[in-house]
Amino acid sequence: MEIFELTIHELHQKLKAKELSCVEATRAMLARIDSVEERVNAYITVTPEEALREAEAADRRIAQGEIDILTGIPVGLKDIFITKGIRTTCGSKILHNFVPPYDGTAVARLKERGAVIVGKLNQDEFAMGSSSESSFFGPTRNPWNLECTPGGSSGGSAAAIAAQEATATLGTDTGGSIRQPASHCGCVGLKPTYGRVSRYGVIAYASSLDQVGPLTRDVTDAAIMLGAVAGHDPLDSTSVNTPVPDYLAGLNAGVKGLKIGLPKEYFIEGLDPDVKAATDRAIELYRSLGAEIREVSLPHTEYAVATYYLIATAEASSNLARYDGVRFGHRTEAARGLADMFAKTRAEGFGAEVKRRIMLGTYALSSGYYDAYYLKAQKARTLIMQDFLKAFEDVDVLLTPVAPTPAFKIGEKLADPLQMYLSDIFTIPVNLAGTCGISIPAGISADGLPIGLQLIGKPFGEGALLSTAYAFEKGTEWSTKKAAL
Amino acid sequence: MKYQVVIGLEVHTQLTTNTKIFCGCSTRFGATPNSQTCPVCLGFPGALPVLNQKVVEFAIRAGLATNCSITKRSIFARKNYFYPDLPKGYQISQFDLPICQNGHLDIEVEGVRKRIGITRIHMEEDAGKLVHADVPGIGDDSCVDLNRACTPLLEVVSEPDMRSPDEAIAYLKKLHEIVRYLGICDGNLEEGSFRCDANVSLMPVGSTTFGTRAELKNINSFRFIKQAIEYEMERQAELLDEGGRVIQETRLFDPNTGTTRSMRGKEEAHDYRYFPDPDLVPVIVDDAWIEAVRKTLPELPDAKRQRFVTEFGLPEYDAEVLAASRELAEYFEATVALFPQAKTVSNWVMGEVTRALNDDGKDITESPVTPAQLADLLKLIEKGTISGKIAKTVFDEMYKTGKEPGKIVEEKGLVQVSDTGAIEAIIDEVLAREPGQVAEFRSGKEKLFGFFVGQVMKASKGKANPALVNELLLKKLNG
Repeated sequence: MEIFELTIHELHQKLKAKELSCVEATRAMLARIDSVEERVNAYITVTPEEALREAEAADRRIAQGEIDILTGIPVGLKDIFITKGIRTTCGSKILHNFVPPYDGTAVARLKERGAVIVGKLNQDEFAMGSSSESSFFGPTRNPWNLECTPGGSSGGSAAAIAAQEATATLGTDTGGSIRQPASHCGCVGLKPTYGRVSRYGVIAYASSLDQVGPLTRDVTDAAIMLGAVAGHDPLDSTSVNTPVPDYLAGLNAGVKGLKIGLPKEYFIEGLDPDVKAATDRAIELYRSLGAEIREVSLPHTEYAVATYYLIATAEASSNLARYDGVRFGHRTEAARGLADMFAKTRAEGFGAEVKRRIMLGTYALSSGYYDAYYLKAQKARTLIMQDFLKAFEDVDVLLTPVAPTPAFKIGEKLADPLQMYLSDIFTIPVNLAGTCGISIPAGISADGLPIGLQLIGKPFGEGALLSTAYAFEKGTEWSTKKAAL
Repeated sequence: MKYQVVIGLEVHTQLTTNTKIFCGCSTRFGATPNSQTCPVCLGFPGALPVLNQKVVEFAIRAGLATNCSITKRSIFARKNYFYPDLPKGYQISQFDLPICQNGHLDIEVEGVRKRIGITRIHMEEDAGKLVHADVPGIGDDSCVDLNRACTPLLEVVSEPDMRSPDEAIAYLKKLHEIVRYLGICDGNLEEGSFRCDANVSLMPVGSTTFGTRAELKNINSFRFIKQAIEYEMERQAELLDEGGRVIQETRLFDPNTGTTRSMRGKEEAHDYRYFPDPDLVPVIVDDAWIEAVRKTLPELPDAKRQRFVTEFGLPEYDAEVLAASRELAEYFEATVALFPQAKTVSNWVMGEVTRALNDDGKDITESPVTPAQLADLLKLIEKGTISGKIAKTVFDEMYKTGKEPGKIVEEKGLVQVSDTGAIEAIIDEVLAREPGQVAEFRSGKEKLFGFFVGQVMKASKGKANPALVNELLLKKLNG
């Protein structure tokens, strides 16, 4: 096995046994990136010098007998994560030259554990999208089929795992942006409960929905990454002060007697046959492992997409107001006066999808429409959240597909934005409810494209979520399948 | 047509917390531009606000002192608009559920007491500053200084209960005094830590329907507020008399011309698209916290003035002056504690102490003469060691050098001469020197008495005991 194919725990064993040094591991990863990047375009910025410096520091720690499970592990970060001294663009022209003066909390925690940051990963601009096609830096290609998108918005994070351009990556998920690309790229993607991981240092899209989460080769790695970044942060008022359990300790709990719910609203007519087949097989497997399968109902599911596109865009329209060309980022050269500077800077700096969502959100908050749209959407959100809480009185975990279809072709869904929005139908409700969800590899389509399975857990129930996912991984071989790049 | 003016006031008070409302940067005034900033108050991508608990405590104090009910669960909201001094493109403020509601202040204008309602008090962050003047190295461009961005403000909104410029001023002065008493705001109008906007409208006398109001901004002294309101009353009256309509708009006061002019060209009606800030959680205030804050409230100015009259027997005028500032009142009381003759202390504090401080541009907290030292000086007068007049000289010396009064009297040999024999000797000398004046006095020119007193005091270098001089001089002159 090549170094760049190893999981975190496998690489850690080798580093611990001194079979290779951190510098060698990082060099191997950088060489891998070099060899495939032109085809994949997972990265916006690769940081070889910083990475090697960090790898050297990791080697020094190991020499002194200090080794942590993440020491020396090459990690990629979605370009939405603020990294001190390293350009952070969020996939946008308006931040194409922005070099932050500080590190966000999740980044700082990874660095403290000795992880080596190898680069900043491509994404839909400002995390708005499901295909990574709206990036100012060009689309990322799906390593399983280079004519397809890797999904989005954390497309680069997922593609990097599939193309083995990082041992693990961090992404963000606002309406499915970790789980959907993980599904399309055949890797594991976890969205923790809202408030589990700090948002300080994560460029904000929708403040009440954004969450940080890992994309990894297997469930064990996801548990490791979550444990490293989770936990209360005094710099984030919305981060929750509850203890972080040892996610690794409970992984092997198994699923005997576990109650798995199938929300009937998610098993719709016209589901892609390969997706349906993969999901049915998964249900059977869980049954054979001793889980109890029950049907449940989440009656307000049909309102989820509309609710999301009102709340998320409203919050985004406000969060993106700071990009005005005054203090950082792109500023137009053609301004005649203040209002002109604002207008032209943003017209030049933002892409079409971002502009669409800012306008939508502004409209939803505007005088005369606030009650009918924004306020109504918040009320619908409460009902959607209550659906989940009620279902969790009967079952422990929910099982659903991740996306209605496998990855689509680059350019295929650009003509009608609404089509793109509807592909988030299974993932969005989890963000609205604020609870946790994971996508794990569960099949390959007839066209050779990965299909993921979604498990949804109770709020702060990442432990049970991970062990349920682990049982599936152990009982199948989907996690071992690799893209043939 | 006769019109009745209706005035409502919005006051923004800058809080004297050490750090800003949503980050740990210092709030100190006057630092190098952009030196007191961080990713949060600069509105950098990825930064998040964290509420400063002290700000909530100050807000509760303000609410309790103005008889408001404290909202147990209040919410922060975003007020969205674009301006270079507003880094996030929105201001974090409170909209639907402010921290304090439904309070009041009592004012008195020409002996008539009136209650002015306070609709609400809410917490918000300040914007930065734009500098348009010629900046060295930059020239004509406008520059942004974000040191002030994110400084905590309390906005106090009154009911439109005022019916004259004098009532408006009385309300503002009362509020100004209260926030300084509470120690939550330094009330410095010129530096912008106490900003007043006035909403002014007219209605026909006898009507109960309010007219359209104009909002007056940019007024940084009490005198200007009166001027601005009066000008606005005239302007609106003329407009209405001519059959025109008052437009709801923001008007800027120009102190040079004493007029207001419309800002309509610069600022269209804004839709701020308020919504609850998703980065902050509701502010929960329980009864225990409110009671704990209530216990820390100082005696408020009205109660103090009352007590000065009843407990110390001071005239209302004295109580008014002494209680104008909490620090002055405390200075007064500390002195009285050591020299329990309130009126005497009051005279000296309102007199010599205040005069010396004013001349020196200092305020009572910077007084080089301590209450203990003042008390000692007053004891010396009471004992007869020095006369009241000499005491003033001693006081000046105390102020300049910080020395104890006793020491100064000793060093300068200012001890009052109360030796009857010595004074008689001086009187004899003076009378011998001025036989003509003596004769004139004895023949009826009684006014010359003052001349003789003056001569005796001069000869004794001011140290002769004035009461004795009067007594002995009279005896000698009358034969």
